[in-house]
Amino acid sequence: MGKVTFSRGGIHPRDCKYARECAIEELPLPKTVYVSMVQHLGAPAKPLVAPGDSVKVGQVIAEPGGFISAFIHSPVSGTVKGIAPRKNLAGDPVMHVEIAVEGDEWDPAIDRSGDLVTDIPDDKALILGRIKACGVVGLGGATFPTHVKLSPPPGKVADCLIINGSECEPFLTSDYRIMIERPKEVVVGAAIMQKVLDGCHCVIGIEENKPEAIAAIRAAVAELGYPDIRVQVLRKRYPQGGEKQLIDAVLHRQVGSGGLPIDVGAVVQNVTTSFAVYEAVQKNKPLISNILTVTGDKIPAKLQHNYLFRIGVPLSFVMEQAGGIPDTAAKIVSGGPMMGKAVSNLDATTVKGTAAVLYLSEAATRRQKESHCIRCGKCADACPMGLEPFLLNRLYKAADLEALEKNAAQDCIECGCCLYSCPAHIPLLDHIRQAKGQVMGVIRARAAAAKAAAEAKKQ
Amino acid sequence: MTQTVIWTVAILAVLGFLLALILFWVARRFKVEEDPRIDEVEKVMPGANCGGCGFAGCRAFADSAVKAANMDNHYCPVGGDEVMQKVASILGFTVTAKAPQVAVVRCNGSCANRPVVNDYDGAASCRVKAALYSGDTLCSFGCLGCGDCVAACQFGALSMDPETGLPVVDAQKCTACGACVKACPRHIIELRNEGPRGMREVVRCVNKDKGPVARKACAAACIGCGLCMKTCQHGAITVADNLAYIDYTKCKLCRECEAVCPTGAIHGVNFPRELDKEAVKKRIADRKNKEAANG
Amino acid sequence: MDNKKYIVSPSPHIHADISTTSVMRDVIIALSPAAVVAILVYGWAELLVLLVSIVSCVLLEWAVTRWMMKRPSTVGDLSAVVTGLLLALNLPSAIPLWIVFIGAVVAICVAKLPFGGIGQNVFNPAITGRVFLLVSFPAQMTNWTPTPGFVPVPDAVSGATPLSLLKEALKGGSTIPQFLASNDFSMSSLLWDIGASAGELSAGALLIGFIYLLIRRVVKPWIPLSILGTMALISVVFHTVNPDIYTGPVFNIMTGGTLLGAFFMATDYVTSPMNVWGGVIFGVGIGLIDMMIRYFGAYPEGMSFAILLMNCTVPLLNRWFHQKKYGRT
Repeated sequence: MGKVTFSRGGIHPRDCKYARECAIEELPLPKTVYVSMVQHLGAPAKPLVAPGDSVKVGQVIAEPGGFISAFIHSPVSGTVKGIAPRKNLAGDPVMHVEIAVEGDEWDPAIDRSGDLVTDIPDDKALILGRIKACGVVGLGGATFPTHVKLSPPPGKVADCLIINGSECEPFLTSDYRIMIERPKEVVVGAAIMQKVLDGCHCVIGIEENKPEAIAAIRAAVAELGYPDIRVQVLRKRYPQGGEKQLIDAVLHRQVGSGGLPIDVGAVVQNVTTSFAVYEAVQKNKPLISNILTVTGDKIPAKLQHNYLFRIGVPLSFVMEQAGGIPDTAAKIVSGGPMMGKAVSNLDATTVKGTAAVLYLSEAATRRQKESHCIRCGKCADACPMGLEPFLLNRLYKAADLEALEKNAAQDCIECGCCLYSCPAHIPLLDHIRQAKGQVMGVIRARAAAAKAAAEAKKQ
Repeated sequence: MTQTVIWTVAILAVLGFLLALILFWVARRFKVEEDPRIDEVEKVMPGANCGGCGFAGCRAFADSAVKAANMDNHYCPVGGDEVMQKVASILGFTVTAKAPQVAVVRCNGSCANRPVVNDYDGAASCRVKAALYSGDTLCSFGCLGCGDCVAACQFGALSMDPETGLPVVDAQKCTACGACVKACPRHIIELRNEGPRGMREVVRCVNKDKGPVARKACAAACIGCGLCMKTCQHGAITVADNLAYIDYTKCKLCRECEAVCPTGAIHGVNFPRELDKEAVKKRIADRKNKEAANG
Repeated sequence: MDNKKYIVSPSPHIHADISTTSVMRDVIIALSPAAVVAILVYGWAELLVLLVSIVSCVLLEWAVTRWMMKRPSTVGDLSAVVTGLLLALNLPSAIPLWIVFIGAVVAICVAKLPFGGIGQNVFNPAITGRVFLLVSFPAQMTNWTPTPGFVPVPDAVSGATPLSLLKEALKGGSTIPQFLASNDFSMSSLLWDIGASAGELSAGALLIGFIYLLIRRVVKPWIPLSILGTMALISVVFHTVNPDIYTGPVFNIMTGGTLLGAFFMATDYVTSPMNVWGGVIFGVGIGLIDMMIRYFGAYPEGMSFAILLMNCTVPLLNRWFHQKKYGRT
């Protein structure tokens, strides 16, 4: 089968996967961890522990705060020191549970052996229950609670599970390392999710620039022999890992505006999520650790790492263990260079979705002075959603919400292709993100009003 | 030759007549009946179309005012009482006088007072910056300094002071339309009564962090110590969430709060004389002593 | 940690290695083969025209932005150099230099800066300059003797271009076969369009430049293709109907300003539609107008007029044509 990709837009940034040869190392434990209550999309979790409580690794310390929310477990053993607001990486206060580390005593229910468990439980509810109880969330970036995504709403059926191994962001290598170091676990995780979705097709999509990962996953699929799982090679292109783009690439289906993948019968999960599902269901191990890449441009090889880290370890500790912040670093990003968040507070803590600590040099990251739009249309060519960023930018400045909605500002996936390719260096995405927020507000208000009107009619 | 002239004149005349007929028909057919008072009201409006009244522009205001039962929801901040009197007399309403207002910047986190801890490199827009993170200083409440308020002001009343990095209001030009209040994502700007001869007492801080945190972020922060509230004899000051607020309707401009504020977060504006802090403090102490003696 | 002030900004945190300046630099590189050919063929005079045109455009842009518009100068983006270069390539080498300067004044101070400078002009500045000169100084612009060059050129002919010679002949009542018989040049020699203005000289040099732009992804081929396709189609139809008075497709594409206009001036970002289909309509319109002027108009060719006229439609085309959006029908 040939290589496929999504049908429109996209860019080709340089790979920069410098850390690809760095094997996954286990990050040591710090003296104190700070576990954030906002590690997933949706409502913040509610702490279940009190200062002074002693906790074990994997013990539940917070419960979901709503339908779309997730359990949070202690990543370490020790004593709860406090529950208080602490600044996240953007400097905004968020509730954290502070735990002083004492030893490394695990919850006995967790299977810590390295044995591969290939027998998948038959009971769908049991599987979903374990995924939920282990606090698994999507690790591809959005951190959407996995059990919710795996439970299609009534009337909707998934006919294809897509496992996202594209890792299209430059620099990042954590998914790649998982695929070549733990391919079998990833495939078992995929098979588990396939079972939950009533045995639909399963496609594992991997970009062509990772031949070793393609080979490893192919070998694992062949060896484990689950039915109806195949590997699909994807052409290298950003933002292939975007849900909508990946569905377009693999299934040639497009999700409508405001719709969800399930509307076209697809469910997308990241390879690392697949690994987490494996650990949750087969090993009863909650999501208390993840893989992150420490890398950057023009930094020495000894500062590049792929770490297995316990969630809640401060970023400053990660950077210290990795060899310190290089002098050339002008910006520190949590995540990839296209969609990651710039870190303004180095003491912020890692969360479930932390995928990378990226050092960028002044030359690589400093924005150049904005000049006049020359109407080259490169932003529109690059937009994978088929939007016209130059137009949205103009409409945003004119505060024309109606026209913004008509021109689909709300469809923006914030991939950054427009700003990346603008020769005039206009902060297109900065403005469109605002525009999107405003339009979404209008749409939500309208929907709420319609709902209220309908209810009033009923009564 | 003569024939050409005659033909030309004839054709033009017929053409003109036909077109006039069409125009006449269109004017009749598509006539919109409008209350003539709308035009009258619009005529007395300032014509800035700033939206400060809450309507899309002066015409929209006039349209709505004509249909309204009273003038409670209609007030033109730009025209003030003078214009509202005229509008009311056209429509046969009465309006109560409102005190003239002015925009006040409630942040004194100048470059000197509030150290910058990171280097913001995004779009020069407060809204974008506020959506991204807590800002390039340790104060997550104060002015972001990108000048969204300046851009929002149609009257040229706001400008950024390059020295402090904060917006400055030109009270002469400010019409209190409220555009800047809406534009500021941090809600720093507030419309306040201008005060007698422009004199007013303002807490120039919106930081709700606890005292030490606020103080660390900014030397001019309100630390919520409550000294001002305890000193004020008029009950004009409240402290909530570690932040003092002076109710301009109750303030008697005695300047005692200004004298006792340990961080200088309270500012007196347009007073004819500079504040003699020691004298005021002595006055307060004397009063307290007397009260103690009486009590 | 340390007190270094790290940069914070919204994503994305990296940028493609591209800027307005780099785009303009690519256009300059793409135009240089044509400029070199022009200098070789027309000698010192051509070099002077090029220099005067470019220097005037740059200085005018600098002076006007700096002293009259009171804002940072946009000279650094090299767009004024491109305008100057294009203008010079649209002029005969024997033209008096003061006329070149007037062309630059019109291009920069009439067509470009009053609209707000780069990105906001409705009409292509170089073409506006050229058309202004064509209308104001028809003698100097069309009837001239080629200046001596550095290299000898085969098939050298007198001052007027084959196009204008043909036009005169057709007006005089002769047919194309008669004209070709009486003038001693073959169709193949039109690859060296001798007697034309500098940029129209060598189709080969223009093509090399255009291919460079395509490879560098500076321009997309839709606009030039639709211009040339339309012209070829119309030529084929008319030429088949009556070869005596209507020229064929190869002649029409190779002569006059067709290639320079289609490759470099109709593809100007600012004054061409942004959408592919808008671009196709834009190109078809240009081809159509140019052919109408060639066959039925008073001028021997009308590429500049065609582009200028279609420039007016760009805002409309941009409004009508939008890209297909993901997940929407």
